Amino acid sequence: MKKIINDPNQVVNEMLEGVVKAHPEYVKRLEGFNVLVRANKPSFPKVALVSGGGSGHEPSHGGFVGEGMLDGAVAGEVFTSPTPDQVFEAVKAVDNGGGVLLVVKNYTGDILNFEMASELAAEEGIKVESVVVNDDVAVENSTWTTGRRGVAGTVLVHKIAGAAAEKGKSLEEVKAIAEKVNANVRSMGMSLTPCTVPAAGKPGFQLADDEMEVGLGIHGEPGTHRAKITSAKEIVSHLMEKILKDIDINSGEEVAVLVNGLGGTPLMELYIVNNEVAEILNEKGIKIYKTIVGNYMTSLEMAGFSISILKLDEELKELLDSKADTPGFKL
Amino acid sequence: MITQAMLIEILENICKTIEENMSYLTELDIAIGDGDHGINMNKGFTAVLNKLPSLQDKDCGVILKTTAMTLISTVGGASGPLYGTAFLKASSVVNGKMEINNTDLLEMFNSAIQGIVSRGHANKGDKTMLDALYPAYDALKEAIDNNNTLKEALQAATEAALGGVEYTKTIKAIRGRASYLGERSIGHQDPGATSSYLMLNAAYNTINKRG
Repeated sequence: MKKIINDPNQVVNEMLEGVVKAHPEYVKRLEGFNVLVRANKPSFPKVALVSGGGSGHEPSHGGFVGEGMLDGAVAGEVFTSPTPDQVFEAVKAVDNGGGVLLVVKNYTGDILNFEMASELAAEEGIKVESVVVNDDVAVENSTWTTGRRGVAGTVLVHKIAGAAAEKGKSLEEVKAIAEKVNANVRSMGMSLTPCTVPAAGKPGFQLADDEMEVGLGIHGEPGTHRAKITSAKEIVSHLMEKILKDIDINSGEEVAVLVNGLGGTPLMELYIVNNEVAEILNEKGIKIYKTIVGNYMTSLEMAGFSISILKLDEELKELLDSKADTPGFKL
Repeated sequence: MITQAMLIEILENICKTIEENMSYLTELDIAIGDGDHGINMNKGFTAVLNKLPSLQDKDCGVILKTTAMTLISTVGGASGPLYGTAFLKASSVVNGKMEINNTDLLEMFNSAIQGIVSRGHANKGDKTMLDALYPAYDALKEAIDNNNTLKEALQAATEAALGGVEYTKTIKAIRGRASYLGERSIGHQDPGATSSYLMLNAAYNTINKRG
């Protein structure tokens, strides 16, 4: 394992300290907890958004704490859900009368820990609702499995639900908007290399030099299949086929595109991917309303990317366009 | 009969067993999950081990509840809430008691299983810790119903749990991160079932050593 760290057991703590020192105007840390909240708590009673999950996905989620997105972010150990007491502290800290919406990615650990935190908050009389993001089309959804994973589409849920909360909408309304984003966003990714959890010390899987893993998750969970690496055009075409098979988008309808890097892929390649995505959408007559390219939901040092397509309507467009000012996302 | 002193000894032994098997559990998890089971479990049980000295004069309910709350706040992942809930449910059976009789033990075990089922929304055959715990409970109940000694009953439960671990190699994961693998999860043993077996085995070894 070759990493720029001091102690595998201190990576989350030291990273959070570094984030606060880099962005003191945006975030502060709740003392004694792995929780980042806005440096200045909004003075009006708005719905507060809290997200979180395992670390290793930076800038998710702490990087999205700020105006127009999250109010608090809870960092678990690398790729491990945070514990209920940490989530509960975040909820207590950000609640200012409008209620709290938890944005949870669909992983068993995250669901269980956030669920326990909701129960603790409800006992204290705090109004808490949850939305579970499950945008990954690589995983088949059925009542017999855990269901689809939450991946990069979560960032779009933060952006749009965060905008709705900032506009003063009620907890029920913000939750409905978050659910609408989740219902209209689809993602799929691929990788060229595995990644190594610092405390584990070795990669989560092995890939030969000429191989790629298609449809994998953001924790290095194996994907749908392994194949010989091909051109950007062919890879994107396969991912887009899966995505567009899963959601009806007609010619003339509008979408937002998120080309997300997994941490170890240069922007040059992400832009090449985006060029292919745009070409496919253009061919189908689907209008691209907004494009976001960069590293938003990473998987440590993994090389690879994911594509997320969000089908838009007037309400989502307006919220997508409104101001966001956070360390990891500005608009 | 398990006295509170014996209960503390059992918990100490569980903590040590988890530490010894940390890499093993992580290896199993790397194969079908995200490779953190051993690390997280060891983190939680190390915290439990550090709390045990302060529990020397406490009743069994307090000992188990402290264990539960410690696991909930330190383990993370899915295992934290699941094992935490299991210990919490078991603790409520022996509130205020300084000793655990065989009836209590069965009731604790049953409550723990029910806690895991309702928290994790999982069933028998989903390739989870329940596939070690259900057969262990059945074996424990049969042994106790037939008036076997505690040692014999725990031995039977441990053997049944190991059988359950072997069984998880033959089935497809339905819950948790391993479920994303579908058919590819067959052939691998479940890390959660394995840690459940290891805990039971540590309990049996503690009683066995005392004779």
